[in-house]
Amino acid sequence: MPPMLLFEQALNGFQFGVMLFLMAAGLTLVFGVMGLINLAHGSLYMIGAFFAAYVAGLTGSFILALGASLAAAAAAGAIIEVTVLRRLYDRDHLDQVLATFALILILSEGTRWVFGSFPLYLDLPDYLDGVAVLPGGLEYPIYRLVIIAIGLIMAGGLFLLIARTRLGIQIRAGENDREMIAALGVDITRLYTIVFAIGAALAGLAGALVGSIQSVQVGMGEPVLILAFVVIVIGGIGSIKGAMIGAILVGMTDTLGRFLLPIAMSSVMDASQAASVGSALASMSIYILMAVVLAIRPTGLYGNR
Amino acid sequence: MTVRTLAIAIAASALLAWPALAESHGGKVKVGMITTLSGGGAGLGIDVRDGFLLALKQSGNDAVEVVVEDDQRKPDIAVQLADEMVQSENVDVLTGIIWSNLAMAVVPSVTAQGKVYLSPNAGPSALAGKGCHENYFNVAWQNDNLHEAAGAYANDAGYKKSFILAPNYPAGKDALTGYKRYFKGDLAGEVYTKLGQTDYAAEIAQIRASDADSVFFFLPGGMGISFLKQYSGSGVDLPVVGPAFSFDQGILQAVGEAALGVKNSSQWSKDIDNPANKQFVEAFQAEYGRLPSLYASQGYDTANLLLSAIEKADVKDTDAFLAALKAADFDSVRGKFSFGPNNHPVQDIYVREVIKEGDVFTNKIIATALSNHSDAYAADCKM
Repeated sequence: MPPMLLFEQALNGFQFGVMLFLMAAGLTLVFGVMGLINLAHGSLYMIGAFFAAYVAGLTGSFILALGASLAAAAAAGAIIEVTVLRRLYDRDHLDQVLATFALILILSEGTRWVFGSFPLYLDLPDYLDGVAVLPGGLEYPIYRLVIIAIGLIMAGGLFLLIARTRLGIQIRAGENDREMIAALGVDITRLYTIVFAIGAALAGLAGALVGSIQSVQVGMGEPVLILAFVVIVIGGIGSIKGAMIGAILVGMTDTLGRFLLPIAMSSVMDASQAASVGSALASMSIYILMAVVLAIRPTGLYGNR
Repeated sequence: MTVRTLAIAIAASALLAWPALAESHGGKVKVGMITTLSGGGAGLGIDVRDGFLLALKQSGNDAVEVVVEDDQRKPDIAVQLADEMVQSENVDVLTGIIWSNLAMAVVPSVTAQGKVYLSPNAGPSALAGKGCHENYFNVAWQNDNLHEAAGAYANDAGYKKSFILAPNYPAGKDALTGYKRYFKGDLAGEVYTKLGQTDYAAEIAQIRASDADSVFFFLPGGMGISFLKQYSGSGVDLPVVGPAFSFDQGILQAVGEAALGVKNSSQWSKDIDNPANKQFVEAFQAEYGRLPSLYASQGYDTANLLLSAIEKADVKDTDAFLAALKAADFDSVRGKFSFGPNNHPVQDIYVREVIKEGDVFTNKIIATALSNHSDAYAADCKM
């Protein structure tokens, strides 16, 4: 196997991981700070992608489309938080699952109602379409490098926000003791809405970034949502750092598993069967990773509860 | 324990009594359509439904009643719906399923219960060979067919080494088997992806590293859009060939420029020159405001087949009704159409090229890949 191919696959895995981080960050923040299980996070991803496609269609500008995805998902997140989720913080997790599952159905069918059942068109601008030649002669799509860059910038920004700003202090405090920070005069209701909107905006951005190289269609968020849950379980619930490490681990395991397992299998069986068995094993790989992590550290890599 | 046993016995006997209680609908034919109307695969189901309903509307036949339900592309839900339709709705004919894994979960059980099933799309190999049934008719194709045509075209185009990929589910396996059956060259690689996978970076990297001279893929719905967009941005410029599913009217607009010039195999195209097809394409556009896809054409043909059989025989007279279906005495939008011994189509399969007409991406026929093509499993079918 050529080392360049392995390197390219590792880069693919890293890019996938960075994208998963954008999804998982919001999910883990919301769970950590508010104790809320939000199944509708995938719908926010979808909303981001749809608004990006819509704005790109209207204006032809990719940058505006990305901006629209952030704004639309943040707004949708804030509206959902204020109207529905706010009532669920004190309820049982099962109630939250039920309510947010209902939100998935409502948002999916609502989106279908507005945009139709057929996939939308979100195309890359010319300056991002094409390949860059990396050191070593590897040709790699520019756009995937851009996803990695945007993802890392967002991750850096989020670390700074949590670690260095007043809002970050409040968020961390809210995670530890919500009554106490309310007693200290922090408007906890507003804080929750802001945290939720930030998480939603990140999901929306991920949706728009990925929508440009995939299809923008109803139901696109749910498969990613499952992976995002796997990421936060591995990383430890509530931990941004855990989400980052978990996302990269899942991205790498999934991509390299898909690539290497069929090759490994082909040493013991014929090529066609190896392709089939290897691919079946590869789709289990991240769940096996999750099981192993949980067996060793039941709270996840960086979890403390 | 005895109380529980008693309760179960009562429940069971109530179930047994149920069909007798269900109202009979004299003269009417009740059709249960289970198809995918929500989620990622919804475009396909909606097209089948719209094509089917258009044919009914045009016929003006009000003896056909259709119950439409959404399976959400989930086998368990499809099974539930089928049970409901057979047991409480008491339908005569079932149709609509798009996905082969759902068809495998539903079709054997409903045909065993004496219902007629007309498949407007899925044609898994298991139901064409040993698992065939006199009550099961496929109006679209056996799954392998379009892929076989793609393999035949690849030979004509002079390809010697193909990299092939498909999702890891029954139709995906049928696809690669079908391509390999007709393609005479070597394989540079064979990859199964996850069903519903949207990121193909890993597969494209393998294609880049291989020494292939062509790529064959079967990735229906959104999977195909994702693959083509990522492929066109990857700098790999090997020619691509595939079945019509990824170059269909419903998704071509979303794929955009990335699909231009790609060759794909199909049993139908909007430019097939016959009166039934011209009329269908115009009527579909007038009714729904969009161009029909091959799924819509399949739904339309399914309904017309059903209508032709209803004209000839009473649905309650099973033998006569099945014989009327088997005669396939209707004007297919594909032109020539008949059933083989296993109730699967014998038809021509074309090669189309993706072109741009004004602002709209669409297909035009450039060659006939296989004539009067049946399938490889018919010999195993003992009815």
